[in-house]
Amino acid sequence: MAKKSDDHDEMKQCSGTAGFWEERGVSRRDFLKFCTAMSAALALPVSLAPKIAEALESDSRPSVIWLEFQSCTGDTEALLRAANPTVGEIVLDVLSVDYAETIMAAAGYQAEEAKHKTMKERGGKYIAIVEGSIPTGANGAYCCIGGKSALEIAREVCGGAMATITVGTCASYGGIPAAAPNPTGAMGVKDAVPGATVINLPGCPVNTDNLVATVVHLLTFGKLPAVDGKGRPQFAYGKRIHDNCERRPHFDAGQYVEAWGDQAHRKGHCLYKMGCKGPETFHNCPSQRYNEKTAWPVSAGHGCAGCSEPYFWDSMTPLYKRLPNVPGFGIETTADTIGLGLAAATAAAFGVHGVVSAFRKGDESEGAKEE
Amino acid sequence: MADHKACLYEKYVWEVPVRVTHWVNMLSIVVLAVTGIIIGSPRTLGLSGSDYVMGWVRFVHFTAAYAFAVSVAARIWWMFRGNRYARWREFFPVISSGGRARLWETFKYYTFLNKKAPHEVGHNAVAASAYSLVFLLYIVMALTGFSLYAEHRPGSLMHVVMTPLYTLFSNQGMRLTHHMVMWLLIGFVINHIYSIWLMDIKERGGVVSSIFSGYKAVQRKE
Repeated sequence: MAKKSDDHDEMKQCSGTAGFWEERGVSRRDFLKFCTAMSAALALPVSLAPKIAEALESDSRPSVIWLEFQSCTGDTEALLRAANPTVGEIVLDVLSVDYAETIMAAAGYQAEEAKHKTMKERGGKYIAIVEGSIPTGANGAYCCIGGKSALEIAREVCGGAMATITVGTCASYGGIPAAAPNPTGAMGVKDAVPGATVINLPGCPVNTDNLVATVVHLLTFGKLPAVDGKGRPQFAYGKRIHDNCERRPHFDAGQYVEAWGDQAHRKGHCLYKMGCKGPETFHNCPSQRYNEKTAWPVSAGHGCAGCSEPYFWDSMTPLYKRLPNVPGFGIETTADTIGLGLAAATAAAFGVHGVVSAFRKGDESEGAKEE
Repeated sequence: MADHKACLYEKYVWEVPVRVTHWVNMLSIVVLAVTGIIIGSPRTLGLSGSDYVMGWVRFVHFTAAYAFAVSVAARIWWMFRGNRYARWREFFPVISSGGRARLWETFKYYTFLNKKAPHEVGHNAVAASAYSLVFLLYIVMALTGFSLYAEHRPGSLMHVVMTPLYTLFSNQGMRLTHHMVMWLLIGFVINHIYSIWLMDIKERGGVVSSIFSGYKAVQRKE
């Protein structure tokens, strides 16, 4: 079986440096499967899979500098647990990661030196990947690495990169550190370094498949994939979660979970009334999923939190209610309670006005006069 | 009093587009509010996964939304084509000194400060000003509504046209606005029905029947 696949003519044509992957313990079959999966993730025709294979086998592997600022390292964690391909393949074979605090062996001056060497030797050709938001308050004192503020590092590294990929919502839009009242003045890379070429991969954490696909697109076509109005690649953020959700039929049918653990919840009905933000969030979670494509929040019975939208911590809360709280009213007062109160007050006021008017004597009208 | 009545005649005030858009607006607002409340907090009405209850409710909401948008657009167009009672100037009495005086007199009548009911061929000044605000709310509803609707297909013409709205509002903020303006319009409907009842009694110009027939009882010019 495996032999048959290896003999595939079209695929074989482009295996310029045959054995490159085999040497590293990745069978040709798995490698081509990966290339085909990538073409699917990027919504490209499968006929482009050989071109992806060719790009991945070429010797010019781009250098990567992975910067980490105000973050929880969740995106690094997501990458380290990547299933397809394994992290070893990405880090050692596809990309040449020259600087990444969490995984690099070097430390201190050695690490800084590796970073500067890459920036100097491969200026304009390396990829910067940024995780975490950039604090701009107090002259950037909230996050300093090697004596430099995050803002200075970002300006230097992202400014000189071929492209900057922001992984996670914090690096893309400020995320949780930027939530009100945003004490550190945190912001995303595009806001902090407006001149940089940035593509946003928000999500909490980033979906590694989307990161790998973006890198593969960059390697294959030499440019970043097409983006939407919020700087996110359309192949991953072009559709609303609600419109691809496996529970959507229950939404259309009119079957809703009313309380956690109720009959409808156990049957997997729609989480709309539990505050699911799928209808306002653009991401490919329902199709790409997490954890070796086994699960994502809604499949596990929890509504979407809207984590891949800008300022989600401020705008998507309360997470378990459909609508935001109305400013100036108590947190238990919903928009509908206020509206109903408004309607009742209007009716009462005009009712009183009507009673007064009905009993009032001596109102007069001349009738309308033509002018 | 008797001589006033002797001079009354039936004047054609509300032209056909005014009356048609009025009733299309009224019907679509009722349908939109009822379906909108269901969409905002639905009950479990589907008995099986192959039902399509919410699907139909949303379909009716979207269809009524198109009818409403066309009606509002047609009425705004008629503000530049219709007779003087339909024109845009009628809805902004505040721009002329005469209009401001009428506004003040009518306001005093509504607040029981004088007993002379307004006497207008078209809209009274307070009502007309309220309608200009109501039309503003209509536009807010149509824009936020179609922006939310267009999100099912990013990159489509409607989505591109609505781009400024997505910058102006967060997605949840847009939903909240769409929701709250509905309640403001419900408040307006209560106010509107009360006011026509009051004016029909006090003004005796036949204002209620005029929106069906187009005619009001008006004194002949002497």
